[in-house]
Amino acid sequence: MNKMNRVTKQNLITYAIVIVAYLIVMLLGLTGHISSLMEGLLVPLCIYVILAVSLNLVVGILGELSLGHAGFMCVGAFAGAFFSMCTKEAMPAGLRFLLALVIGAAVAAVFGILIGIPVLRLRGDYLAIVTLAFGEIIKNLMNVLYIGRDETGFHFSMKDSMALGLSPEGKTIINGPQGITGTPHDASFTIGIALILLTLFIILNLIHSRDGRAIMAIRDNRIAAESIGINVTKYKLMAFTLSASIAGVAGVLYAHNLSTLTALPKNFGYNMSIMILVFVVLGGIGNIRGSVISAVVLTLLPELLRGLSDYRMLIYAVVLIAMMLFNWSPKAVTFRERYSLKRLLHREKTPDNHAAQ
Amino acid sequence: MKKFLSIAVASAMVAAALTGCGSNPSSDSTAPTEGTEGNASDSGTAEGGASAEGGVFKIGGIGPVTGAAAVYGQAVKNAAQLAVDEINAAGGINGAQIEFNFQDDEHDAEKAVNAYNTLKDWDMQVLLGTVTSTPCTAVVEKTHEDNLFHLTPSGSAVESIQYDNAFRVCFSDPNQGTASAQYIGENKLATKVAVIYNSSDVYSSGIYQTFATEAPNQGLEIVSAEAFTADSNTDFSVQLQKAKDAGAELVFLPIYYTEASIILGQADKMGFDPLFFGCDGLDGILAVEDFDISLAEGVMLLTPFAADAEDELTQSFVKAYQDSFGDVPNQFAADAYDGIYAIKAAIEKAGVTPDMSASDICDALKVSMTEITIDGLTGSGMTWGADGEPNKEPKAVKITDGAYAAM
Repeated sequence: MNKMNRVTKQNLITYAIVIVAYLIVMLLGLTGHISSLMEGLLVPLCIYVILAVSLNLVVGILGELSLGHAGFMCVGAFAGAFFSMCTKEAMPAGLRFLLALVIGAAVAAVFGILIGIPVLRLRGDYLAIVTLAFGEIIKNLMNVLYIGRDETGFHFSMKDSMALGLSPEGKTIINGPQGITGTPHDASFTIGIALILLTLFIILNLIHSRDGRAIMAIRDNRIAAESIGINVTKYKLMAFTLSASIAGVAGVLYAHNLSTLTALPKNFGYNMSIMILVFVVLGGIGNIRGSVISAVVLTLLPELLRGLSDYRMLIYAVVLIAMMLFNWSPKAVTFRERYSLKRLLHREKTPDNHAAQ
Repeated sequence: MKKFLSIAVASAMVAAALTGCGSNPSSDSTAPTEGTEGNASDSGTAEGGASAEGGVFKIGGIGPVTGAAAVYGQAVKNAAQLAVDEINAAGGINGAQIEFNFQDDEHDAEKAVNAYNTLKDWDMQVLLGTVTSTPCTAVVEKTHEDNLFHLTPSGSAVESIQYDNAFRVCFSDPNQGTASAQYIGENKLATKVAVIYNSSDVYSSGIYQTFATEAPNQGLEIVSAEAFTADSNTDFSVQLQKAKDAGAELVFLPIYYTEASIILGQADKMGFDPLFFGCDGLDGILAVEDFDISLAEGVMLLTPFAADAEDELTQSFVKAYQDSFGDVPNQFAADAYDGIYAIKAAIEKAGVTPDMSASDICDALKVSMTEITIDGLTGSGMTWGADGEPNKEPKAVKITDGAYAAM
């Protein structure tokens, strides 16, 4: 282990955490020790982990604030679910879901590029404002979108489902505010974990590659980065698009976990974007492993607090504040450093070192 | 390392919270006559013969009690609890008490599934829920998989009860739209109709779509159909002006009462005075704060429940509800109250006992549900078809002299 590169070691620990968590859950599942609530939460946990990790790429590594992550998730979810609905009878489930994931990622990436090209050239808080607007626009657009299919092909309308002019055998696939109903239940915990590992692999490798160092150079000092010939817009766009397309994958997973998909403020509004941002901030900006852990803890917390009924969301908020203080307030940081396990262990070693010298 | 500590802190708080809630069910449980905390099998040895005839039916409820749709979830929760208390006080269902557990879904499909799984861990046998349509559509997939009896008080979308284990108390959206068009056509209220609806709301756009489909068959002409969304629900002058310019004699409002009260006020200011016709969402308009009820004079609505109806059942329900919770029950509350009594009637008809598994209960109840007849708050002589839809007459009421009057 000592010979191993420090970075590789850290990355392997991150993968190991995910794999061990998977094995433990599977073991508990096989022996029947897992409650229905936990079982139902497994796929959403994967979704939120993927979202948090992908947003961390933009917020932590690229250093830009994006408040429209739920918008990309929404785009991916609708694209993937639409594809699945169209090919429900034509394809076996496994292949169909794989293609749906690819399509969701591709469509979200296209939107990422479209948003990114004009906006990433700006400096300051403009990206945050535009992505916030983008998320809201997507949500409202989905609420007025009607697409149906009959034997003559696809019909499209922005007015209402009557305006589609479907023949009697035709079927409305996207029905405005009622969204898509009847998406096949293709998502599973194993697929979710596989996607988390894939996401981690892509992002961790990107961070430690030449491109990743260029992206971090832009974050740390844009002018210096430009002066040594780094193409700022290109690298910004690369990170932003990758992040958007991974969010699209999470959206596809989301759409295939529930049989109903609607663009409500609750699931694709800015509240959701903020929630993902909370995962990233509390997990540590730029810390990928932290994002994984905080997404899991903060998604589980409100469900485990169900017993408190009316006070549940209140306690959740208090816990968020407590965690934020513990993680980021200067006093807490010094306290933690003074009493951290690593330091205590280190202190024990120090006298030996002196003795050796 | 700091992550590890933060998790330790968080999990410590969770643990503290969970131990805190462990005692909750006992304080919540109503009428503990048998002293059995739900675990009939555990107490069976201790109490001997007493628990053989007793036992507890575990009925779960799901709905939004926080968030934007909290009003509806709260109403269902309260009214269902009221019905459960009444039944327990009167000796329960065939001697078995009911335990009712209501979980929050925040009006979100994902959270609704979590709530459902929580209830499943609690060994729920019958589900009364969910309150809103979209979460209901997600949950019905799960109840169908688990073969658990599912009765929604107010999930009105068609897909909400698409399986044979699911039933509902309220009318479906298409049912309301068609019934409204038929009512207007048959009573010759108008021929030129304008519609103002909420395109971001499933309930509203669902009714509008079926209304528009049925309208031509009834000789109605839709002269203007204007939408608004949840983000633009404070100014309706554009929509009203269009309706006025198109010469509408009647404005159909398949929306909730808060927006409708604003529409009525703005129409009055414009000097636009057509007939206004709404669905059950308009129920509650007279209770809106700072609303001049004279504006609602002559408004017609199709609703199964009016809180000031004269019959004894409604009056005693409204009184009991007001005594317990302090406000006037709306139609959601009435649906939930009827829902609990429908479950009771179906259980009695099928003769199921609390020690049966949820799946066996479901198989028995989905047959007996189609055989029972309920005289409830939301209609007398209610019956259910195998498709889960209720058969009851929609009642039209007209607001005269600041009160609902049957037509």
